[in-house]
Amino acid sequence: MSIAQESARRDEPYRIGLGGWGSSGFPRAEHAERSFASKRVITAFGFWIFLLSDIVMFSALFAAYAVLSGETDGGPSGTDLFRLESVALETACLLLSSFSCGVATIGARVRNNFVHYGGMGATALLGLAFLLLELRDFTDMIALGAGPARSAFLSAFFALVGCHGLHVTLGILWLLTMMAQVFTKGYRPDIMRRILCFALFWHTLDIIWVGIFTVVYLMGLAL
Amino acid sequence: MLGKLTWAAVPLDQPIPLVAGCVAFGIVGGLVVYVVVKGWAPYLWREWITSVDHKHIGVMYVFLAMVMLLRGFTDAIMMRSQQALAYRAPGYLPPEHYDQIFSAHGSLMILFVAMPFMIGLMNIVVPLQLGIRDVAFPTLNSVSFWLTATGALLINLSLIIGEFARTGWLPYPPLSELAYSPGVGVDYYLWSLQISGVGTLLTGVNFVTTILKLHAPGMTYMRMPIFCWTALGSCLLIVAAFPILTATLAMLILDRYLGFHFFTNVAGGNVMMFMNLIWAWGHPEVYILVLPAFGVFSEVVSTFSGKPLYGYRSMVAATMAICILAFMVWLHHFFTMGAGADVNAFFGVTTMIIAVPTGVKVFNWLLTMYGGRIVFKPPMMWSLGFLVTFVIGGMTGVLLAVPPADFLLHNSLFLVAHFHNVIIGGVLFGAFAGYTFWFPKAFGFRLEEGLGKAAFWCWFIGFYLAFMPLYVLGLMGMTRRMQHYDVAAWHPWLLVAAAGVVVILAGIALQIAQIVVSFRQREQLRDVTGDPWNGRSLEWSTSSPPPPFNFAVLPQIEGSDAYWETKQRALAQHVFADEPVYADIELPRNSATGVVCAFFATFLGFALIWHIWWLAAVSFLGAYATFVAFAWRDRTEYRVPAAEVARIDRENRRARRAAFAQLGAAE
Repeated sequence: MSIAQESARRDEPYRIGLGGWGSSGFPRAEHAERSFASKRVITAFGFWIFLLSDIVMFSALFAAYAVLSGETDGGPSGTDLFRLESVALETACLLLSSFSCGVATIGARVRNNFVHYGGMGATALLGLAFLLLELRDFTDMIALGAGPARSAFLSAFFALVGCHGLHVTLGILWLLTMMAQVFTKGYRPDIMRRILCFALFWHTLDIIWVGIFTVVYLMGLAL
Repeated sequence: MLGKLTWAAVPLDQPIPLVAGCVAFGIVGGLVVYVVVKGWAPYLWREWITSVDHKHIGVMYVFLAMVMLLRGFTDAIMMRSQQALAYRAPGYLPPEHYDQIFSAHGSLMILFVAMPFMIGLMNIVVPLQLGIRDVAFPTLNSVSFWLTATGALLINLSLIIGEFARTGWLPYPPLSELAYSPGVGVDYYLWSLQISGVGTLLTGVNFVTTILKLHAPGMTYMRMPIFCWTALGSCLLIVAAFPILTATLAMLILDRYLGFHFFTNVAGGNVMMFMNLIWAWGHPEVYILVLPAFGVFSEVVSTFSGKPLYGYRSMVAATMAICILAFMVWLHHFFTMGAGADVNAFFGVTTMIIAVPTGVKVFNWLLTMYGGRIVFKPPMMWSLGFLVTFVIGGMTGVLLAVPPADFLLHNSLFLVAHFHNVIIGGVLFGAFAGYTFWFPKAFGFRLEEGLGKAAFWCWFIGFYLAFMPLYVLGLMGMTRRMQHYDVAAWHPWLLVAAAGVVVILAGIALQIAQIVVSFRQREQLRDVTGDPWNGRSLEWSTSSPPPPFNFAVLPQIEGSDAYWETKQRALAQHVFADEPVYADIELPRNSATGVVCAFFATFLGFALIWHIWWLAAVSFLGAYATFVAFAWRDRTEYRVPAAEVARIDRENRRARRAAFAQLGAAE
């Protein structure tokens, strides 16, 4: 059975509302079927809307960074502080973790425990590596006297990059919780939907990181 | 151990807020004890507190809004009486207390009265109008409500423990920075808004998904009642605007808690960035509030004129146009910033352009009434009162949109009069129209009409008495938020405004009396058929109050004004639709997730306000554990057997058949 067929079979229709139709006899409109999307589609759609709102929140932080990036108050600027090797390593970790997250999703769909847990575990480890590298950058900067209270530029930098880091942290917490859930409950439809949402979330963090990498690090080092 | 919290936090030197707070919390506590003693606690827990039914959540939202309205209105009485007394005198409210009152009044009225009222109406009505059984994410809906309640609780807790912000309803830096507001007042503001803001955002996500993805069969987008469209517009704005508020308040929190320099005067901080960011949320917020009100008026005007809404498509287009334009006008809140003539001109023009779709709506309502047989029930009276009042408010708004005029009127009472004119005349009248219109649907009996009309007239006249003088005062040069003054010419106008507040108070008293009287006469006022107003949309096709599953069988939609068409066909052909085939219905099970999560969120907020870090960590873990427990449950739905569905539906069909027979005989 192909993956598509498999997931179509498992996706029970969104049941709120459909139960009342009766098993037979009642005239079904031709589009009755279509007027309810599957629960999987509804959950993913709702979660996408939420992610869009998250992106709006980041865009406010990006805007603040753009306004304040020159306000170094005589302190260090991006050229003095950013280390491209470290950032490149962080980027590699995060992008690879998105790949392993995709592998884990496939593992869940084909019910292959090894692939799923392996993918999830790799995602968690790569995310953790990213976080540790980022924390090392942060502590190095603070040790140099370039903490967030030094200047408005550094405030905006720590808030924007730190907010992304906070998202990664919460993402790892979510990931580990969900691994425990798959372990105890198996691949239930509602857990499959959560895995889908997590994958969306994790990829969104990548998109935001691409923005940070460009706007903060590349532009900061180029200017 | 307890962070900044000491006994000194109880404001013993300021008896007014302390006594008021103790009385308010005493009443709430007394009610809780009464409920427990009477043995109603299990019922409340089962049917309301843990309910994920959109109708019950909606009712709780509206109830919260009304209680907060009393609190916010008490603040209004205090401000008006202070200004009436404070001519060449100190009045009875010291400045530091007066400043807290106007800050609390604004924050409460916008975020804990207008918002929950509108969201409550959406909750009650939107799924019924779409012909579905619940919103897309029912438990999330309950979480949203309880987080809003947490915010309201925290903001009121500041009466007894600590103080509230003295910065106005938007905490402008640098005044709101730690250097100038070292107390916990601003922190109360920040954390209650952050927590309730999460609730609002989740509501937005929930309703956007519901309206775009869940419909009864045949309910296409262009057949949706206009209230669903305006709710969609409002929720899209919530999703797009509230994250900006979250980010902005987070920046202020970082400034205050960790010494960041986003909005400080030193180290390169940019104060005006706060104004830009906060109004990038704040202006769409106005439309978040008023769009659902526009939807209510559309439903009410069309129902009580006995005509389909004039210009349905232009109404949809106008709603969506307002959604987009709402994000293009924020700078008109600070023309005086000095952005330059070009920038000011741009935002002046976009502001005036918003008057176009709004004008389209006004003409649509007028033309809906034109040639109709208008029935003057209370919801219709609120709508007519709105039309007159809102047009005046809109015109003063266009006046303020002219930058040179704004330079003279900025921060004057003219501005205060303008936004009260649109928010009371638009949002609050809309809320009351919706409340009287849908009350029978939610509770199964109508509100007593005489008292409702009397309440309307008191509000209507009281509003004009209270706010028209403020226009005059603004033109005479009186600025907002004055604790005392010594200009003789202002005094009589402020006395008139105070008299207006007394008339509004009478209106509120009549509204409370209306609830009591209607409850006592509920048998005479019973809505037997579920269609008390000869309604047009699907919510009137089910019983009042609707069964937990809303519709025994999902309706088939074949046109706009879905229920009206069904009724007309039945009347014309003298046939009542055959009994459908009933089947089992699955509904989401109750969940305590919302209330438990809000319990922890309350402690989390309180701990963060008072810097009690261990409690904050424990509360966060508690909230996390709550969600894990929710995620771990195995049964998420329960089943209503077909026999039970049939029993409930047959009862309603009998009542409706009798009413049809009567109508048929009358014709």
